[in-house]
Amino acid sequence: MTTPIDPSLIGTRTDEFSTSAERGRLRFFAEATGQTDPRYSDLGAARAAGHPDLPIPPTFFFCLEMDNPNRGDFLAQLGVDVRTILHGGQKFTYHAPAHAGDVLTFWTEVTDVSSKKGGALQFIVRDTHVGIAGKPVVTLTSTIVVRDPKAAL
Amino acid sequence: MTSPTTTGTNLAFGQEFHLVCPRITRTTLALYAGASGDHNPVHIDTDACHAVGIDDVFAHGMLSMAYLSRLLTDHWAQEQIVSFEVRFSAITPVNSEPTCTGTVTKVDDSVAHLDLTVALPDGTVTLRGAAVVRLG
Repeated sequence: MTTPIDPSLIGTRTDEFSTSAERGRLRFFAEATGQTDPRYSDLGAARAAGHPDLPIPPTFFFCLEMDNPNRGDFLAQLGVDVRTILHGGQKFTYHAPAHAGDVLTFWTEVTDVSSKKGGALQFIVRDTHVGIAGKPVVTLTSTIVVRDPKAAL
Repeated sequence: MTSPTTTGTNLAFGQEFHLVCPRITRTTLALYAGASGDHNPVHIDTDACHAVGIDDVFAHGMLSMAYLSRLLTDHWAQEQIVSFEVRFSAITPVNSEPTCTGTVTKVDDSVAHLDLTVALPDGTVTLRGAAVVRLG
């Protein structure tokens, strides 16, 4: 039986952390995702398209979020086994561009907790706010599904 | 691909955009694990899969979302993307060849709305989502 997730979790926030993406990391991501558009790997092509440096591609903010040194703490403190979770959904809302070398600050807030099928499936929705020097860049909304491993679905 | 080619003036309701992905091999998954930082062994290690009763590795959901992102940035500059969301509805087995589709559902003066899907050749929809892009 998975422990029911307390709705009082809604509104709780993580500490901030900061990270940035080097050009080489963005080139590796372009290669790994089959992205051949030179704006994502060639500095000259990026600059010709009006970017000060290689742009951070739309979904890479999700990867940067995993740079959080305490990223395992959230589920561990809830007593949730990572092998029982699924990534149910992901949303990005973009506010401003970000590029290689920018120092990006992340913090995360729980916005919803719910359950279905008598608690066999529990849903946690979290918003991660990403900014550069206090200016918003992107908001990530992630839905995590926690399965009760003993329940027949 | 050199630069975005689509503008608001030539978008029509129901217009479709496609991106056919190459086969997602074990190498693809190993590279994506390294590049994304998602090292969950269910995507790269068949021994770890067998230990928890899974037959074989399967693709990261966010890899398919990255392919959808390419579909968008092939047609619009990234700064034009206002929002982009998906729900993950089925697993993508290793050696799949998914196809990404974007369908214009609404266009007004300043923005276009698209429905997005990623589907396997047998018709299984693995991701379903939507995007809003700013025009002009």
